[in-house]
Amino acid sequence: MSAHMSPANLSLRLDEAQRLNPAFATLIGPTPKPDLSLADWLASLDSGDLDRLKFSRVELEAHLLALIQDAQGFRNPVTRIKSLRILGGRDKTGAAENLDLDLRPGAIVSVVGPTGSGKSRLLGDIECLAQGDTPSGRRILIDGEIPDPARRWAASGKLVAQLSQNMNFVVDLTVGDFVEMHAECRAVDNPEQAAAEVIACANQLAGEKFSAATSLTQLSGGQSRALMIADVALLSTSPIVLIDEIENAGINRRQALDLLVASDKIVLMSTHDPILALHAHKRIVIAAGAVLEVIETSDTERAHLATLEHYDRLMSELRENLRHGARLETLPLPFGSLE
Amino acid sequence: MRVITVAGPPSVGKTSLILKLAKTLREEGQKLAVVKFDCLSTDDDLLYRREKIPVAAGLAGSVCPDHFFVSNIDDCLQWAQDIGADLLIAESAGLCNRCSPHVQGALAVCVVDNLSGVHTPKKIGPMLKMADVVAITKGDIVSQAEREVFAHNVWRANPQAQIVAFNGLTGQGAGELAFHMRGAPDIETLEGRRLRFPMPSAICSYCIGETCIGENHQRGNVRKMRFPEVLA
Repeated sequence: MSAHMSPANLSLRLDEAQRLNPAFATLIGPTPKPDLSLADWLASLDSGDLDRLKFSRVELEAHLLALIQDAQGFRNPVTRIKSLRILGGRDKTGAAENLDLDLRPGAIVSVVGPTGSGKSRLLGDIECLAQGDTPSGRRILIDGEIPDPARRWAASGKLVAQLSQNMNFVVDLTVGDFVEMHAECRAVDNPEQAAAEVIACANQLAGEKFSAATSLTQLSGGQSRALMIADVALLSTSPIVLIDEIENAGINRRQALDLLVASDKIVLMSTHDPILALHAHKRIVIAAGAVLEVIETSDTERAHLATLEHYDRLMSELRENLRHGARLETLPLPFGSLE
Repeated sequence: MRVITVAGPPSVGKTSLILKLAKTLREEGQKLAVVKFDCLSTDDDLLYRREKIPVAAGLAGSVCPDHFFVSNIDDCLQWAQDIGADLLIAESAGLCNRCSPHVQGALAVCVVDNLSGVHTPKKIGPMLKMADVVAITKGDIVSQAEREVFAHNVWRANPQAQIVAFNGLTGQGAGELAFHMRGAPDIETLEGRRLRFPMPSAICSYCIGETCIGENHQRGNVRKMRFPEVLA
């Protein structure tokens, strides 16, 4: 066990410890003598009490001290990074991959390539902060340094948030209750207000509105995706966001990206959607398991974006009209002009 | 020899996790042996055999699976030593949430899955609370927010554990688990070592084959619900 705790905390009174961390109160339950010190309380427990708490005495002491330590701010700091650097490995034939890419907070990078070319592998390498120990042989540096093994594993879960098409909400709660619960995990000052902000933001991204009282599992695909993106942007601690093909989600893609950039995250998204690809500052082109090229989005390409978005809007309108029972005997311009 | 107990509720992906981990360990040149504890039947030993991993399967049958585990684990260690394994993983299924196979001085891993709901970590007892490493599976199909809440709740239930996100389909997380296993203590024998948490006190008439319901059939260590106190 990690015995790195101040014994001074053993002299804390139970009510003080309970105030420090609500988890402490939940764990020990109601206590008749809140002014006992933690040490005295532990000494007073008999085997029946320990059985009820499902701990041995030694384990319980270590556990409670860890909860107190956390509340005192020794753990769970918000993770910030200055740079994410990706160093090349090898392609599927073993040939060297020519890659040295340094990304800073606020960067949006798309990852493009045929199905099976290795887009998910690249996202996977970033997720586990690969150090030449994945099939690609890539290495990931954080703030210019190789994270030492202990830090690498402690950090990997905290550095990277992921969003993908396969992800769903499975918990049986209302949107409001759940987002508030997430806000509480982050120990934000006002969880209720934070939840309201996330929901308002998600409603801007989604076509159809939902409320805090809506059940999570009843959300449509588009609403779920919108809520996930708003939540990652506003509540997730992770400074890196990996997005795996969410183009068909029925959400306002441009707003979603703007939101993530505003939250100062590094965003990598694998995509087949030309609009998303061109919205990125850079796009990584992948073929046969390796990065072929990193292309800066040019001004000309960005100018084309306006045209692409125009056509995209027309397609959306058609889609909406059909959904509402319209007939399509004549195609509107410009589609009609092509026939 | 390093001994690792792997426990978790049914269908969380313990076997998939060990199979993926075995690949990583093999690449590192380590020889793994597995003992699978189950209640009534298991086919998982076939999965291990297919991957050419030495495996012993123990079925508790009519005996409490936890008691069966503790009565046999040292024999399993001797077997694994005899075949020259570097580490032995004891996979326990069929444990109730009251129990835990974790042994003092042996690395203890608990496997839970994101699909089981955000409140599950506090419902699982010593199996999770006394683990050194908690692996959370099935994160690829739930939202980032749920993963974060779930991991937070695991941490609340066991603030000292290393929490590892594990994907049983791709094996993502195997490198991290292998890292923790490299640090597992070396053990010659489990003789004299203690369980981290005592097993349920029992020996009532139902332990020894009684099947009939009723006061007249309840003997030995019996605990009764008291009405109306339990309604409060």
